[in-house]
Amino acid sequence: MTTFYFGRLVEMFPFFLSGLWMTTKVAFISLIVCTLIGFVLGMLRANDTFFFKHLIGVYVALARGTPFVVQIFIVFFIFPEWGLQLEPFPAALLAMAIMGSAFICEIVAGGIASIPKGQWEAAASSGLTKVQQLRFVIIPQALKVILPPLVGQYVLLIKDTSVVSVIGVMDLTRVGWVTVMRIPEGLMVFALVGLLYFAISYPLILLSNYLERKMAR
Amino acid sequence: MLANFNFMVIFEYLPLFLSGLKSTFLISLVTLVLALITGIIACSMRISGIKTLQYPAIAYIEIMRSTPLLIQIYFLYFGLPSLGIVVPEIQTGIIALMLNSGAYIAEILRAGIKSVDQGQIEAGLSSGLNYVQRMRFIILPQALGVTVPPLLGQAIVMVKDTALLSLISVAELTRSGQTMTSERFMPAEAFLTVAFFYMCIYFCLKYLADWSQRKLIFREVY
Repeated sequence: MTTFYFGRLVEMFPFFLSGLWMTTKVAFISLIVCTLIGFVLGMLRANDTFFFKHLIGVYVALARGTPFVVQIFIVFFIFPEWGLQLEPFPAALLAMAIMGSAFICEIVAGGIASIPKGQWEAAASSGLTKVQQLRFVIIPQALKVILPPLVGQYVLLIKDTSVVSVIGVMDLTRVGWVTVMRIPEGLMVFALVGLLYFAISYPLILLSNYLERKMAR
Repeated sequence: MLANFNFMVIFEYLPLFLSGLKSTFLISLVTLVLALITGIIACSMRISGIKTLQYPAIAYIEIMRSTPLLIQIYFLYFGLPSLGIVVPEIQTGIIALMLNSGAYIAEILRAGIKSVDQGQIEAGLSSGLNYVQRMRFIILPQALGVTVPPLLGQAIVMVKDTALLSLISVAELTRSGQTMTSERFMPAEAFLTVAFFYMCIYFCLKYLADWSQRKLIFREVY
């Protein structure tokens, strides 16, 4: 029986690859968007302006304090009540962007805060504008602190894309879920799904470990 | 935006939410204790230096850290019955969460032990302490202070992870939101209330984590 199901699973492998492609798409687009928004918010948050600091603080707390499943339900079910009807795929990207930016914002703000005050002062007294100070003096140094946890966060975000399957995005998790209805071999099906996720995220974990060792020196 | 936000319905469903909150709390507590035990075992296997213990621990930790929790939950939920093991959903969920958090906790503990300066260990060696004594009197007292804040951080992550158990129909907080949505179709009221309760838990744990960060980190004494 098991070999029969194994044969069926091999037949369905293209279906899994399409799921893998969807997961990659969701992960890739949302990682880029999250990084961009996260960096901008992080720089604003590290600023001393009361308004930005606290407004972004509230957003970060809301995004980090609630589970991603709840957030995705809110995006998918509540926005239609306000007249914004979203397809599953854009809704998934929006939810990922909201959640991921908050985490990356914290990493960036932490990295910038780790730079001693004297660096800002030295940059200011060389006549650099605020933006130039960030661009040429602060960020290059902060990047050393930011990069290792950032790559670690990428791994977490890629794994979180599995949750978008609950609103019907045909990603790898959804493919596994659909398959297990037809092939009642949960261990085999989800071992295969897990293996495909492993193939994406393990290289990034190794990269994160490498960066951590390298930056520590 | 929320002009027709209906508070009455929330009050009507409050008992459901509170029972959901209670089971989220209980599941988190049980899982935390079990995950700590798993983490301690996995960590001690990993740092034991004995290859037959070390490699399984490394494989366990790396597999858990590089696959999504949802896949691990589904793996057990759909997989255990095909092995002929039938357990209630809640137990399946707790096992999955325990294995997942255990791997992260093992890494946190290992980082804490590694953070103790090599010179301290050498000093212990030259005072004639054996392995157990070095662990007990030199390494652990220093490592524990460093590990408490990240452990609380992991606890925050774990409480949020319990929300995924709603997908295998465990009756916890998120599930009560789903129940209310399907009975009344009022997703705004349902999920914003759920989010509110999670924020309450988050702020309590966050306060604890910040406090421990200030108090427990072992500072150098001059």
